[in-house]
Amino acid sequence: MTGFLLLGPLLLRFATAIALMFAWRQIVWQRYISLVGEALAVTASAVLLWQVQTKGTLVMQAGNWAAPYGISFVVDSFSAMLLLVASMVGLGVSLFAAGSMLNNRLRFGFYPIYHFLLAGISGAFLAGDIFNLYVWFEVMIISSFVLLTLGGERSQIEGAVKYFTLNFLASIIFLTALAMLYGLTGTLNMADLSLRLAQVEQRSLVDICAFILFVAFGIKSAVFPLYFWLPASYHTPPVAVTAIFGGLLTKVGVYAIIRVFTLLFPWDAFIEQMLGAVAVLTILSGGLGALVQKHVVKSVSWLIICHIGFMLAAVATHNQQALAGALFYMVHDMVAKTGVFLATGIMYRLVASHLYSKMGGVMQKHPGWSVLLVIPLFSLVGIPPLSGFWPKLSMLIGMATAEKWWFFGAVLVGSFITLVVVMRLWIEVFWKPASQEEVVGFRYFKQYPTAKQGAMLLGMLVMVGCSLLIVYGAPQLQSWSLQAAEDLLSPQVYLEQVLKIGKEIEP
Amino acid sequence: MKSIILKAAAGFLLPLLLLFSLFLLLRGHYLPGGGFVGGLVASIAFVLHAFAGGMKKGQKYFPFHPGFLMPVGLLLAFLSALLPMVTGDGAFMTGLWYPHPVPVIGMLGTALFFDLGVYLLVVGVTLTIIFTIVEAA
Repeated sequence: MTGFLLLGPLLLRFATAIALMFAWRQIVWQRYISLVGEALAVTASAVLLWQVQTKGTLVMQAGNWAAPYGISFVVDSFSAMLLLVASMVGLGVSLFAAGSMLNNRLRFGFYPIYHFLLAGISGAFLAGDIFNLYVWFEVMIISSFVLLTLGGERSQIEGAVKYFTLNFLASIIFLTALAMLYGLTGTLNMADLSLRLAQVEQRSLVDICAFILFVAFGIKSAVFPLYFWLPASYHTPPVAVTAIFGGLLTKVGVYAIIRVFTLLFPWDAFIEQMLGAVAVLTILSGGLGALVQKHVVKSVSWLIICHIGFMLAAVATHNQQALAGALFYMVHDMVAKTGVFLATGIMYRLVASHLYSKMGGVMQKHPGWSVLLVIPLFSLVGIPPLSGFWPKLSMLIGMATAEKWWFFGAVLVGSFITLVVVMRLWIEVFWKPASQEEVVGFRYFKQYPTAKQGAMLLGMLVMVGCSLLIVYGAPQLQSWSLQAAEDLLSPQVYLEQVLKIGKEIEP
Repeated sequence: MKSIILKAAAGFLLPLLLLFSLFLLLRGHYLPGGGFVGGLVASIAFVLHAFAGGMKKGQKYFPFHPGFLMPVGLLLAFLSALLPMVTGDGAFMTGLWYPHPVPVIGMLGTALFFDLGVYLLVVGVTLTIIFTIVEAA
């Protein structure tokens, strides 16, 4: 049964996607199938997290081929937490999309592709083999190309070209790094690589591999100098697509960075300087970009970059407290970013614009929405007691303990910039009196059918609920994160679990 | 394309190419070949026929839209990978084999059905792409 338990979230996504392809023309049915599939995936991920917390790291060797030769699927508490959060975000966005997505886009297969995207994401969290990780990245980005261009509006295609070019380049660079790693060590299994890379004599080659892999993952997670594709493309697709991209995709890149730089490469000064410098620059450039934007979605897109920098800085600090903060921050960030992007979608439907200059009056006209939307927005800033505060606290304590004052300062500056950006959003969109008359011909939120309004409201409520759940479960999440960070920093358990099972099968 | 030679040849080539694609599919487990190549050869057979005799004639071999083969193939591959988890040792994609060889086909096992799924998927995808492009042009 370990197989079903471990691969549950992944297999359910595939099963849902296949069922959705059979129901290609029944777009009403597709909404229900997608919701049921995601609800089951949430359950499966929750059970998996519970099992991992009680029994420890779980391993399955695909096809029963022993570890260094076959493909391993591994779940430790780090990946189990992310799997659960990704499923919850998937459920929320699926609900929201049931209300907001145009029928034309559903007819072109939004839902099947959406579930293939989620399958790619959960596969990336499960992979214990670095080539397998590459394959899941491909599943993910090919699905995301389709989602990005679905509908084929001019601006969408323009954004997709930039997105496609850079992400494709990243795949090629990733593959090059894999070829080098295989040439150096003769293995692709991450546990085996970890043991063998430590023994390689030409350290400079190992450093070059680390650098190339960092460039590949850096493009995917949008770090400083490589982030230009993100603000150029994220505001173009429909809001449900932007929400799932902003919530999950870049975080998978960060997951890969954390996994690779804790497990594969022995920590050295080169890696520390590389990660640290890039992290500080990412925070500053993302923050400054967010400050100058006058378009709501673009502004929040730039904040993604800024917050990726937080996690990198915590990884570069390289102690348990800061790394635990980074893991916890990923959990919070997935929920909060998705929530904020969905919130921008609601705002757009309330005031008929994305530009600050034309928005306003939401507080006066829609007090109920204002109360609801304040939660994801303020969670993103990390105003205590909302969810962003606790992981940031852990990161800052870790950085102060390690006396990394550069990172400490950068995270504080980044948080302050986030506060300013969100405050300005709040003033321009909610407090300011309405600055334009009702646009004739625009489909306002109140003009949607009641069922669709309900679906969007429910999707938003799921994200707000998750955000509040993080607040409520903060002590538990922090203790899980501390445990996971300890396992990541001394990966003996991971290595034993993956390679021991291999030995049992050998005669 | 109006060429009587191509038209006549395509009529003969269709069954030959389909047979060749099945040969590639069955050969695939230990030797070069497999579902992907087999599927490509099979779809080339249909595309060639469609080029020679017109789109209408190419499509008439399919009582349904070729895109329907995509979920069918995916489902077949998915189930054959899942089967060993349901019946036995719990590892995804473990090969289960029928112990006695079957004439013509050889060994019968889940790997064959996985490949068959890939074959159908590739035929479905390729023909959907090509028919869509030709219809749009």
